[in-house]
Amino acid sequence: MEQGILLSSAADIDFMVHGVFSYELFGQTVWITTTHVCVLIVMLVIIGFCIAANRVVKHASEVPGTFQNIVELVVEMLDNMVGGVMGKYAVSFRNYIGTIFIFILLSNISGLFGLRPPTADYGVTFALGIMTFVTIHFNKFKHQKVKGVIKGLCDPWPIWAPINVIGDIAVPISLSLRLFANILSGVVMMALVYGLLSKIAYIWPGALHVYFDLFSGAIQTYVFCMLTMTYIADACTTE
Amino acid sequence: MEFNTNFILGCSAIGAGLAVIAGIGPGVGQGIAAGHAAAAVGRNPGAKSDVTSTMLLGQAVAETTGLYGLLIAMLLLFVKPLVP
Repeated sequence: MEQGILLSSAADIDFMVHGVFSYELFGQTVWITTTHVCVLIVMLVIIGFCIAANRVVKHASEVPGTFQNIVELVVEMLDNMVGGVMGKYAVSFRNYIGTIFIFILLSNISGLFGLRPPTADYGVTFALGIMTFVTIHFNKFKHQKVKGVIKGLCDPWPIWAPINVIGDIAVPISLSLRLFANILSGVVMMALVYGLLSKIAYIWPGALHVYFDLFSGAIQTYVFCMLTMTYIADACTTE
Repeated sequence: MEFNTNFILGCSAIGAGLAVIAGIGPGVGQGIAAGHAAAAVGRNPGAKSDVTSTMLLGQAVAETTGLYGLLIAMLLLFVKPLVP
C-alpha cells in the first residue's frame, strides 16, 4: 500500500531516514542509515577540530592567534556554563557536558550544510537520554548511598514510591523527546518548504534555516545540557 | 468489522489535526513568560541578559507538551499505526 496522505503533486517531500545499505548480523538484517552517515560526518568534523586544537594548544603562544583564541573562547564558555550551574561538582562533569554540548550543537546545525540532522532520529537522542539517566543514577548511588536513594524514593511516604519511580523513568524520555521533536519539526518544515514551494524557494528559506537550524538548535542544545546538569547536581547533593 | 483503508487514513488525518491543538497550551505559556520577562526588563533594565536567557530556557521547556502533540500527529500521518 503506497498510498500516501500527501497530495500527489508533493511526491518529492522527503524527510524520512533512508537506508544506505544493509548487512546480516546474527541472522538479523541491520541497516546503515543516513543517520549513521551524518553522525560519522559530525564526528569527523569534531575529531578534526580536536586534533587542530590539540596542536595549537601544545604550541600555545603568549599572544593567542585566531584559532587559539577560538579554542580558548569555546573552552572558557563551556567551563563557565558548567561552573555556573553545578558549582563545586563542576570539576568532574566539565568534560562530559562539554562533549555532549558540542556534539548536539554540531548535529543540530548540520542541517545548514545539507545533512539530515542526526538528532532528528530518535535513536540518537534516546541514547543521549540514556546516558544522562545512567549518569544521574550512578552519581545518586555514589553520593547518597543506598540508604539515601531509598529515602528519596519514599519521599513523603513509602506509598509514593511507584510514582517516584515513574518520575525517574520519565526524565530521559522527556529529555530525548524534547530534543528529537524540536529538530524533527525543523526538518519537516524545511522539507515542506523545499518540496511544496520548490519553484519559488530560492533565497528566503535562508531565514527559516536560521530559525529552525541555528536558533532552535542552539536553544535546545542549551536546554538539554542545562537540564542534564541540574539533574546531576541534584543527584550529587546530599542532605 | 472491516473498514476501508482510505477511511482509516482519513480518520488518522482528523486525529492528527486534533492532536496539533495541543499547540495552544505552549503558545499561551510562552506568551505569559515573554510578557513577564518584558515587565521584568522594564523594571530592571540592567538584568536584561539574565532575564532573556531564563525566559528562553523556560519557554523551551514549556514547549515540550506542544511537541508531544506534534509527535502524535507525525505518528498518525507517517507511521500509520492504525492501518492494518
